[in-house]
Amino acid sequence: MGFPILSLLTFLPLVGVFFLAFIIRGDQEFVERNAKHTALFVSLFVFILSLMLLFEFDKSDAGFQFVESYEWISLWGMNFTLGVDGISLFFVVLAGFLTPICIIASWRSIKTRVKEYMVAFLILETFMMGTFLAMDAFLFYIFFEGVLLPMFFIIGIWGGVRRVYSSYKLFLYTLLGSVLMLLAVLTLYYQVGTSSIPDLIASPVAANLQMWLWLACFASFAVKMPMWPIHTWLPDAHVEAPTAGSVILAGVLLKMGGYGFLRFSIPMFPEATQYFMPLIFWLSIVAIIYTSLVALVQTDMKKLIAYSSVAHMGFVTLGMFTLTTQGLQGAVFQMISHGLISAALFLCVGVVYDRLHTRDMAQYGGIVKNMPRYATIFMILMLGSVGLPGTSGFVGEFLTLLGAFQADILVAIFATTGVVLGAAYMLLLYRNVVFGPVTNKEAAAMSDVNARELLILVPIALMVIALGIAPNYVLDRTGPALEKLQNHYEYHIGQDMGDTNNG
Amino acid sequence: MEYYAVFLPLIAFVFVGLFGKMIGDRASQLITCTCVIASAIFSVMLFNDVAMNADPRILTLAPWINVGDFVVNWSLRLDTLSVVMMCVITIVSSCVHVYSVGYMSHDTAKARFMAYLSLFTFAMLMLVTSDNLLQLFFGWEGVGVASYLLIGFWNHKPSANAASMKAFIVNRVGDFGLALGIMAMFMVFGTINFTEIFESVQAHTGDVINFLGLEIHAITAIAFLLFIGAMGKSAQLGLHTWLPDAMEGPTPVSALIHAATMVTAGVFLVARFSPVFEYAPDALMFVTIVGAATAFIAATIGMTQFDIKRVIAYSTMSQLGYMFFALGVSAYGAAMFHLMTHAFFKALLFLGAGSVIHAMSDEQDMRNMGGLWKKIPVTYTMMWIGGLALAGVPLFAGYYSKDMILEAAYADHSWFGDFAFWAGIAAAFMTAFYTWRLMIMTFHGKSRASKEVQSHIHESPAVMTIPLVVLAIGAIFTGAVFYNGFVGGGHDGHAQHAENTHYNATHEDDEHAGVGHDKNLMKVMELDREMFWNDTLFVLPENDTVEAAHHVPFWVKKLPIVMGALGIVLAYIFYLFLPVLPRFFKTAFKPIYIVFFGKWFFDELYNILFVKPAWLLGKGFWKIGDKTIIDGLGPDGISSSARRIGKLLGKVQSGFIYHYAFVMVISMIGLLSWIFIRSGGIL
Repeated sequence: MGFPILSLLTFLPLVGVFFLAFIIRGDQEFVERNAKHTALFVSLFVFILSLMLLFEFDKSDAGFQFVESYEWISLWGMNFTLGVDGISLFFVVLAGFLTPICIIASWRSIKTRVKEYMVAFLILETFMMGTFLAMDAFLFYIFFEGVLLPMFFIIGIWGGVRRVYSSYKLFLYTLLGSVLMLLAVLTLYYQVGTSSIPDLIASPVAANLQMWLWLACFASFAVKMPMWPIHTWLPDAHVEAPTAGSVILAGVLLKMGGYGFLRFSIPMFPEATQYFMPLIFWLSIVAIIYTSLVALVQTDMKKLIAYSSVAHMGFVTLGMFTLTTQGLQGAVFQMISHGLISAALFLCVGVVYDRLHTRDMAQYGGIVKNMPRYATIFMILMLGSVGLPGTSGFVGEFLTLLGAFQADILVAIFATTGVVLGAAYMLLLYRNVVFGPVTNKEAAAMSDVNARELLILVPIALMVIALGIAPNYVLDRTGPALEKLQNHYEYHIGQDMGDTNNG
Repeated sequence: MEYYAVFLPLIAFVFVGLFGKMIGDRASQLITCTCVIASAIFSVMLFNDVAMNADPRILTLAPWINVGDFVVNWSLRLDTLSVVMMCVITIVSSCVHVYSVGYMSHDTAKARFMAYLSLFTFAMLMLVTSDNLLQLFFGWEGVGVASYLLIGFWNHKPSANAASMKAFIVNRVGDFGLALGIMAMFMVFGTINFTEIFESVQAHTGDVINFLGLEIHAITAIAFLLFIGAMGKSAQLGLHTWLPDAMEGPTPVSALIHAATMVTAGVFLVARFSPVFEYAPDALMFVTIVGAATAFIAATIGMTQFDIKRVIAYSTMSQLGYMFFALGVSAYGAAMFHLMTHAFFKALLFLGAGSVIHAMSDEQDMRNMGGLWKKIPVTYTMMWIGGLALAGVPLFAGYYSKDMILEAAYADHSWFGDFAFWAGIAAAFMTAFYTWRLMIMTFHGKSRASKEVQSHIHESPAVMTIPLVVLAIGAIFTGAVFYNGFVGGGHDGHAQHAENTHYNATHEDDEHAGVGHDKNLMKVMELDREMFWNDTLFVLPENDTVEAAHHVPFWVKKLPIVMGALGIVLAYIFYLFLPVLPRFFKTAFKPIYIVFFGKWFFDELYNILFVKPAWLLGKGFWKIGDKTIIDGLGPDGISSSARRIGKLLGKVQSGFIYHYAFVMVISMIGLLSWIFIRSGGIL
């Protein structure tokens, strides 16, 4: 075992937390300033580590890399094992990238309990990293559910007017899923005798048990995704969350559901996956069409983007469960792309919210005149969200649809209508906010994006374009691991076919 | 050279887009114009190499998306079809760029405007030089965005914003078909690269797609889906409603995007896929019917409109209909021929109209014009040339291409070919009529403008009139010059190949001898159809209507001219000599007039069928689905019962965040202890 890069990625933020909680003392202003700087410094360091991980990653290897294993609860044979493969790699980088952005985005807008806020974000980063890096089912569970705690506080303390309702809703939904998932993990542990994820994948349980376990995991992951009809917590959470909370929620937390499907549901329960495939397809289609239509009638900017996220995640689940090469690759790519685009869209909302303190689209309009730079960046992101070729949004959307077409043409036709609806609500948002006649003098007097805001928005906008033109950088790295997953799935399904044929 | 031709406009866009404010308007205009004109020069040079000397090439730039069998590269495919398009695009674009310098002289965002024009040009070039369907889709959507940005260029105007959104969304409906077509293509052919598709079409002619228990002929399905995309972009009946509204954009935009180039992308798409469409006779029939219906209906609307730009817009739609029914009867060469001639004369008409609008202080209603011809003679002359070409008057470009299309439709000897022929003849009459209606209402009679406007009428500056002259040259000569190359009568196959090599040989001689353009022009005029297209357009021998069109009866050849002449004469009678007639016809045929003037009520119909329901569904799903049902049964239901229990317990209802945090921590602890107890029990 060499340099413990994965442990550092996971626990460095906690070192920051320790520093913030116990070392920094002094008057309030001093503490706040130092809290911000510490959090930024730590998260930037983690980001650099994640980039090192990306550069060192061997793209020809389909298995786990940089594996670290420590004894944990030896009595039960559980090990503290971390590893990264093509599926998790970019989520780690995404989490590493978005955390410092969140901290910079909160630089001025958070004015109360700054230290606690920074602590919450650093803890959140630890949990996010842990979720994507854990190779043990219990470890995964702890991190996966742990994410809820800081998120709950971020919305509940620094959120908007209805923050209590929203955080309660978030909590209620997630709790429901987590109980069931815990049951599933425990059952697996007793059935197979290990909690190591690779071992669990290698020895799937009996098909009828798979059905129950699949449903239990589905409850947890589908809430996180979120899939229709358990999506209503998301718009409320976004609306009440502070900007950075929305960014991390849309950028990383939603992806944990999709990641869970790829890590648990599909490889561990292949027969059940095949069985439930139509259910996922139709839920995805409903998500795409239903939430797109709902997004169309929203007047709250954040709510509109939140609903669009549900629709975009519909493409993810759809593509993933086609179990085709293009569908799987497209799903992962779509998650990464959406992680960037939706995060940046929420940042864009944050920019104008900081100036006018309203999310009502009707209060804006005609701001392109005073904010040309803002309008340009927003335009790029809007087009990315619409899935314009040349942006990352297109690659994910198109590949998932291509996968869907091979699996079920009717499903693909329904899902493709999302392309039309997606254009409708995003263009409407853009027109109402940026274009049009000036109706609100205060809105027209807003200043253009400042250097700090450019610093966080421009890199994301450039990434969206770069990944749209050269997506192979990502696809080459996610490819082998997903191919392995697909082969694994097909092997088990094929075996069943063989069994039934023989019997 | 290939790279310069395609990427110079992109460079201009990026540079001016980023630094336009810094370098100023004049420099921005200079950079964009120079880049696009250079691109045009390179395109013409490429035309000479690729089309005239049969030297097609495919350049691979970089990989784009590689996922399993799905392999797509960024590449440039330069064959006759693409270089023809490149020349049309870059030449018209150059004219429009230069013209815009004058037209937009009073605007405050000149750099942005020029940057968008260059972006459009680049996207259009990517579209036509693509070697696979996905890059074509990239260009396809790219031009859509450029169009969106330019229609809504005056973004403080709500009408402009509405029009730009409508254009984008209606086009997306077409893209829906195109995207599905690409997916179907991949499923059936296992590739979306042109070369591989065209090579393997014959192997897939018997393939079927299973859909809802039906077995659908795969190639027909693919052709249909691609055509839906074409219908959106080329404003064919059903997906045409965005085009008239797109006239909200500045007039140079209408000329470039909504007349000469972008709207012809659909024609290009079908022509490009002639090897596929040829094996999908049902799809071809559908293309013919839609095209013919569009040509006819758009012409009927065009006769009744008063906005000068809208008249030309409906005329564009109608002419695109001609191109499509030409494609439908397998006369791909004729469609491309009309595409090219139309690009010149329609851009000329639009820019001429822009010059009129410019002179009239932004007045667009023809009822407020009249008597302009003495005041703006250059524009007047140019409009005449454009009008003659559009009406298909002999010796002007439109005459050659439009007649060819009508003859080919007749020569198809099918019921839909006949339908297209007669619809086309009727449209030819209406075309001539509304063109001269426009000319007379705008330029003749007494001026109906206000004194204020009249005092400002002036001829446009040279920067605007010179592009008009360039386009006018195209509108006069492209027909006669390229006739043989695009649609000329065929010879014996062997002779062609012999000539082919002969041409190559003479070309080399020319280069050595340094012979200039006169010789080249001679060569163009003597070009042979099959040698010129060099297999880029595929026609089954039994479908070769272009060949058959050369042998149609005399009356078929002459009927379009007669109808055109009749239309012009009638327009003079109606609008100059007996101005009571229009009013008489309006009242005598009131129901028909209302349908024509109301644009056949497509917008109203779509509003009822799609827009309103989408809105209602959205509201319903949100208020009833999400709030009442899902939240009502889910969290809110639980929360209200919890509250009831809370009230029972007395003081839990604190409303504080800590309360919930407390509940959560308790739950987590409960869960964890449950794990420990369970696991302890087992051990």
